Amino acid sequence: MWKDLVLEAKSLACERGGRTIFRELNFAVKSGEAVELRGPNGAGKSSLLRLIAGLNRAAEGALTLGGATHEIAELSHYIGHQEAIKPALSVRENLDFWSHFMGGNTQNALVPFKLERLADDEAALLSEGQRRRLALSRLIAVKRPIWLLDEPTVGLDVTALDDLRKVMQSHLNSGGLIIAATHATLGLAKISTLAIGTTH
Amino acid sequence: MQKFANPALFLKLANALLPWVWLITLLFFGFGLYGALITSPADYQQGETVRIMYVHVPAAWMAMFVYGFMAFLSAMALIFRHPLADAAAKTAAPLGAVFCFLSLATGSLWGKPMWGTWWVWDARRTSMFVLMLLYLGYIAIWRSIDDPHRAASLARIVAIVGALNLPIIKFSVEWWNTLHQPASVFKMGGPTIDSSMLWPLFFMALAYTFLFVALHLHALRAEIASRKQRQARLAAIRTS
Amino acid sequence: MGQSLKALLAREVLLARKQGGGLGAALSFLLAVIVLVPLAVGPDLALLSRLAAGLMWLALLLAVLLTADRMFQQDLDDGSLDLLTMGALPFELITLTKAIAHWLMVSLPLALIAPPLALMMNLDVASLPVLWLSMITGSLALSLLASIGGAITAGLRRGGLLVSILILPLYVPVLIFGVSATTLMMGPQTATPSLLILLAITLLSLVVAPLASAAALRTYLR
Repeated sequence: MWKDLVLEAKSLACERGGRTIFRELNFAVKSGEAVELRGPNGAGKSSLLRLIAGLNRAAEGALTLGGATHEIAELSHYIGHQEAIKPALSVRENLDFWSHFMGGNTQNALVPFKLERLADDEAALLSEGQRRRLALSRLIAVKRPIWLLDEPTVGLDVTALDDLRKVMQSHLNSGGLIIAATHATLGLAKISTLAIGTTH
Repeated sequence: MQKFANPALFLKLANALLPWVWLITLLFFGFGLYGALITSPADYQQGETVRIMYVHVPAAWMAMFVYGFMAFLSAMALIFRHPLADAAAKTAAPLGAVFCFLSLATGSLWGKPMWGTWWVWDARRTSMFVLMLLYLGYIAIWRSIDDPHRAASLARIVAIVGALNLPIIKFSVEWWNTLHQPASVFKMGGPTIDSSMLWPLFFMALAYTFLFVALHLHALRAEIASRKQRQARLAAIRTS
Repeated sequence: MGQSLKALLAREVLLARKQGGGLGAALSFLLAVIVLVPLAVGPDLALLSRLAAGLMWLALLLAVLLTADRMFQQDLDDGSLDLLTMGALPFELITLTKAIAHWLMVSLPLALIAPPLALMMNLDVASLPVLWLSMITGSLALSLLASIGGAITAGLRRGGLLVSILILPLYVPVLIFGVSATTLMMGPQTATPSLLILLAITLLSLVVAPLASAAALRTYLR
């Protein structure tokens, strides 16, 4: 579905609160590739993901996306620690909003993480694991090539982990890119590692 | 840490200039007060109390000037990201607030013997009061937010939005005043200001300005020192 | 782009209906003011009549201010704000849409309900239409200016009081021209100049408020 995308970072530096989190970061991710961010806590894994998502600005260096005309942020999904779920709305209404706002449809989005039976239930009633699955379903509802995932495996049980793996692999097969900060193993074919904060 | 490369230059400059600034301040106060209290005439209507004008009017000028200065510094910080600009605006605010309060208080002292009340809701006084609120809001931002970088970003916005609104507020208050007091009687300082009153006023204004510069340099120096201390503390904590 | 705007507006309206956008609290506040004022100044109808328009305006803007700090807070706290910046819409349009949603669900309803309530303070019935007009015209400015305060304090624990200090000076022109529209009607001049200036202030806020709010919220997203 997506072809020839190249997300490249050259001499990227990130600052937060006046403190340099990382400097001289270089990497390149192509269509169909996944990168695991590894490093100690506070090393800047989350900051890097948020930087790519456009929530933070690079202090130095450049981030480019080859093979596309839109902004990187418009072609990315960011799944962080928070779920962006409105408790007063139903599961379907939550997903509907994001698919209308960002362009997509919820038709099949409830299937991969097995949320069909909960579709019309209020999000306030969901368990923690179900909330995580709802947040991840956003990845299906709105089709965007770059996935920025911060600890996606947290809160998921064995079945959900398996679903996540399938979803991620399918995304890579369609030419998507995945950059994930994780302490767990994602079990994907063709995944490289980027270490943050261990050498700087 | 690298962002504070500039202060070394500023500190050298400040340390060198301060004694001179204080000297000039004292000189201007000397001339100004001499002119205000001794050589300038008493008003035929108000008598000796008109001399409060020499303390009141420059204070009002400074209150407005310092706010404009603060807004200008905030704009500089926003556009050029100069690291000292935020600190300069932060330290200028309390000084401006004091000038504002001084203007209001001396205005009351001046007004009491003339109108018999401690407060009158005329256009200038009311605007000065609203300016006081703008100062307090700005200072409150700095105090309510722990992260100094976040506080700086938000304070900039508060200062700039406030400065944009200030002319509108002044205009609306003046308009409100003419609505409710169609016979606008009193004008601060009398119908015209005689030249014998002008030059002491001028000297007092200069004295206030240099006083502000001196106090501001002191405050900025202290602010830089406290930031260095905080950064050193943070670095020590993070590496332990 | 238009679809995104509609989606955001629709969600704000839906959320306001389902979880309460603050209209209930604001309305209760309005009623409380109407009860407390005569208790404070006495039931002298002539006095109340002179005060009615001004007091109603004061109650209106304080009620709007009450709901300001929650405008962006939930979206910031649950991570929605992060995602809203990643759509095709410029962030400034998003803050504008949220302010307009607030106007539709809080300020405008209050502006519609307040003037008839002012009759309880012996407001001159002849000035009712002008009071309505001035409040409706000014209500958008109230929401827009409140959004600036709401954005600046979105990440603070107890931002409510700070919002008041920040926004009340900005409300001064709106209050002055809003009330003078009614008082002027009782005098030789017409209310039109006041209403026009009120409109001008609203238009200015339409430009400044989204810019300031977006800039303030970005500091929380970093």
